[in-house]
Amino acid sequence: MIAIVDYGMGNLRSVEKGFLKVGVNAKITNRPEVIEKADAIVLPGVGAFKDCMRELTSLELTDAIVGAIKKGKPYLGICLGLQVLFSESEEFGKCRGLDIFRGKVVRFSSGNLKIPHMGWNELTIQKQNPLLNGIKDKTYFYFVHSFYVAPEDSSIIAATTDYGLNFTSMVWEDNIFAVQFHPEKSQAAGLRLLENFGRIVKSR
Amino acid sequence: MLAKRIIPCLDVRDGRVVKGVSFQNLTDAGDPVENAKFYDEQGADELVFLDITASHEKRKIILDVVARTADDVFMPLTVGGGIRTLEDIRDLLNSGCDKVSVNTTAVHDPYFIKRASEKFGSQCIVVAVDAKRIKEGMIYESEENWFNDAFLKEVRLDLSPITRHPSPVTSLTWAISTHGGRRMRLIDAVKWAKKMEELGAGEILLTSMDRDGTKDGYDIELTRTISEAVSIPVIASGGVGTLEHIYEGLVDGKADAALAASIFHYREYTVKEAKEYLKARGVPVRL
Repeated sequence: MIAIVDYGMGNLRSVEKGFLKVGVNAKITNRPEVIEKADAIVLPGVGAFKDCMRELTSLELTDAIVGAIKKGKPYLGICLGLQVLFSESEEFGKCRGLDIFRGKVVRFSSGNLKIPHMGWNELTIQKQNPLLNGIKDKTYFYFVHSFYVAPEDSSIIAATTDYGLNFTSMVWEDNIFAVQFHPEKSQAAGLRLLENFGRIVKSR
Repeated sequence: MLAKRIIPCLDVRDGRVVKGVSFQNLTDAGDPVENAKFYDEQGADELVFLDITASHEKRKIILDVVARTADDVFMPLTVGGGIRTLEDIRDLLNSGCDKVSVNTTAVHDPYFIKRASEKFGSQCIVVAVDAKRIKEGMIYESEENWFNDAFLKEVRLDLSPITRHPSPVTSLTWAISTHGGRRMRLIDAVKWAKKMEELGAGEILLTSMDRDGTKDGYDIELTRTISEAVSIPVIASGGVGTLEHIYEGLVDGKADAALAASIFHYREYTVKEAKEYLKARGVPVRL
């Protein structure tokens, strides 16, 4: 069973329905013991990094999530679920993340760019990985965010996207997969990605 | 590169799509879910449901429409119409909606946008700006004490351009209207859009009430003026009759997205045809 972590931020129903659509069993939960028993973790969410960390902490979920990742269980981070993997965010003053990866979460600098970065944009694949199985380079996915991750270790960058600069839109290391875009809102390509995650979980 | 978005809009009353003609491919032309799937197959980038349900008791029906749509269609859904409270927004988001579009409530209580964006995040709060060019003889309503607020006073409409530009065609001043363009407010549309951004709106859905329903094309000057004034995305709306109008709104009007209802609804064009046309003219679209 895949645990979709509910910490009160974002459209979890769509993530659950997306998995259901591709025949993958996933369950929404906010209980640490359910997360500990799960085969894999999905951390979705849109909004502010700080609120996300505060909610995860107050629900006592951070240890369960970090524990699951360290045990090697497949992890899929979506949007905020990507950003909180990093050491810190510069949003509204500094805020610590889960510190799985070294690096920062930074804001797009305005100028001519509209912020949030909202809409469909292309993925440039930097490192092929099982989550992108069957997904071609330059496939469009749906994004909505004002911050992006800047990893210190470029070897974890699996895909980039061009919005004024080439930012990291996907990271991958071993069991950890995380994307800045929303597969649950990205029609066929997004469903394919969720299906791929289901296969990764099953093949373990 | 970020693609320009094409967004079909469906008018929904009491849970049924209105003003549509029957689609060949649909078994039930009035079912919003069937319509949503139809646009999904054509490659629509997002969908907007405009809930025009008048009766208060029937307002919850839209939640079921959203939930049923979100079970089958995996793209961003926006609902506009009749949103008055934070609970209304929460109920819609819990049903599977991604963004809500707020119009009248923002005019009555601009700080509602601040409360809503702080609670749910700017990314899901769209402010619908219905704008109309000012002309001589227009009558404006304003809320009692509304402009006593120093912050809101700044958006007060300056009527002096009327004497310099008596014709609405040459006037480059737009006022906010409510009630489908029937009532005018003493609010400058461009300054209003900027205020809404400051208060936390994540996107502006901009409708020209002069052009809405005319098929004469978007009000390009309005679209460009607001698009350049704010740093959040702007969706152009009101007046599309041809594919060239969409091109003009996105390129000359600098809009980030184009919303259209009737040209898609009456099957004059499909979303795919619109995108192929735009691509041929060099506009980045997702095909």
